[in-house]
Amino acid sequence: MRAARYGRLLGVQMRASAMTAMQYRVDFLIEGAMSLWWLGWNLIPLLVLYRERDVIAGDWDFPSALVVIGWFTMLRGILEGAINPSLVDVVDRIRTGAFDYTLLKPADAQFLVSTSRFAPWRVVDVIGGVALIIYAFVRMDRAPSAGDVALALALLASAALVLYSLWILVVSAAFWVVRLDNLTYLFTAVFDAARWPVQVFRGAWRFVFTFVIPLALMTTYPAMAVLGSIGIGTALLSLAGALVFGALARALWKLAIRNYTSASS
Amino acid sequence: MTVAARTLASIRATPTLLRVGLAEAIAYRAEFVVWMLTSTMPLVMLGLWTSVAAEGEGAFAQFTADDFIAYYLVTLMVRNLTGNWVLWQINDEIRRGLLSMRLLRPVHPFVTYAASHFASVPLRCVVVLPFALILALSAARAQLTGDPALIALFAAAVLGSWILTFLTLVTLGCLCFFIEKSMALFEVYMGVFAIFSGYLIPLPLLPGWVRDAADWTPFRYMLAFPVETLLGWYDRGDVLGLLGRQWLFVGVMLAIALGLWRAGVRRFEAYGA
Repeated sequence: MRAARYGRLLGVQMRASAMTAMQYRVDFLIEGAMSLWWLGWNLIPLLVLYRERDVIAGDWDFPSALVVIGWFTMLRGILEGAINPSLVDVVDRIRTGAFDYTLLKPADAQFLVSTSRFAPWRVVDVIGGVALIIYAFVRMDRAPSAGDVALALALLASAALVLYSLWILVVSAAFWVVRLDNLTYLFTAVFDAARWPVQVFRGAWRFVFTFVIPLALMTTYPAMAVLGSIGIGTALLSLAGALVFGALARALWKLAIRNYTSASS
Repeated sequence: MTVAARTLASIRATPTLLRVGLAEAIAYRAEFVVWMLTSTMPLVMLGLWTSVAAEGEGAFAQFTADDFIAYYLVTLMVRNLTGNWVLWQINDEIRRGLLSMRLLRPVHPFVTYAASHFASVPLRCVVVLPFALILALSAARAQLTGDPALIALFAAAVLGSWILTFLTLVTLGCLCFFIEKSMALFEVYMGVFAIFSGYLIPLPLLPGWVRDAADWTPFRYMLAFPVETLLGWYDRGDVLGLLGRQWLFVGVMLAIALGLWRAGVRRFEAYGA
């Protein structure tokens, strides 16, 4: 019953975003062109690296690093299509006090702010990422097994959950420090590091990108899954890690809401 | 008001504007820190390239691990000293009509923008200090130049790149007067900047054509030029020549920015604001 109600609500919110997007149809072309351009531009550091080396960090050759970049492009599409637009919206509401009205509505506030805005045209990035992964496999002259793809999709879900949880953590921070309209840039900047396989990093960097800002969970592990090189232990751990992250984010959100005192009072 | 009177007013107002700017930066310190955190990419690249260098017996192409450490720490410092967010500020003020308030003041808006952002430089120095200390204490300090003349030229180059960065961002900000989807353009700008300025990868590691192209863009003079000067890659004569080019770009950017601003404000007034 509850689930059905929230499902309907999600439908309404998405329809509203879709209608807005349809008004700006030219955006589709712009997003498409931008996405293609970024795809090429993002490859430059990788090309510099692989001009000198055949393999880095054990077994990351050029095509498998391409799979990570493909995964990165896909997740960036999700980030900028489904996560960032709402982030901008909710931070603005907290600052102006309009968030009060969100709290008054008879539905879960976290659900409402998370689904308030979508940028459907970003789907172009997702398609671009998939195309890059397919190209990488063509270069390797093989196809991933069905099991690997299924595992990769499960990890994609957990990657999206981690990304979303990080986002909730960031939004919760906005309750305490109100003027944070630039948070999306920080988010994008940090996420940028996810284009590299985490094994390329050593020491403190590897630790941070695996456990503190789990970029490994978002791009490296799913890419390894589709390449068929991930251990089942790592896969299970990253699924569990995503769930822990989600729970943590939910707890902090509740704490933040309790401390929310509106912009004017 | 005559040009002379306007200039005099600007000069008289500058100390106050600087004080206000610093107070603002301190008051909104959380936002300030977030802005600075967005340019920590050199630290990520530092981790990446030192690992790659370690794998290949301590070097990648002509770069040793210490070279990378020195390069990226100096890049991080210069980037954070010279960065500002005037572009986002202008965009926001145009969209919300706040610009009218600024236009009412008897001082040219460029002066008020520049003062408010330049005032945050002391705060930026404080944030950058730990990285300078790390560099001074690490073995990588051997990669820096010891020539006092080059260090003085480095300071001049940093000042030049602050001005050039500011004017470039103002120019882009002026585009908000004309283009609705200007934010997408900024993303492209950030991407091009990251490569051509040596922010992501030292220019010598890039393919030849990218390096040649970078010579003809202002981006190189916004970041790579001061960084490379402090690393002692050029002799004094070269640096003076490059400094001349940097100021040439400053002049060009100033002309473009002023022209765009004038045309833009006329359009803005036509909206009825």
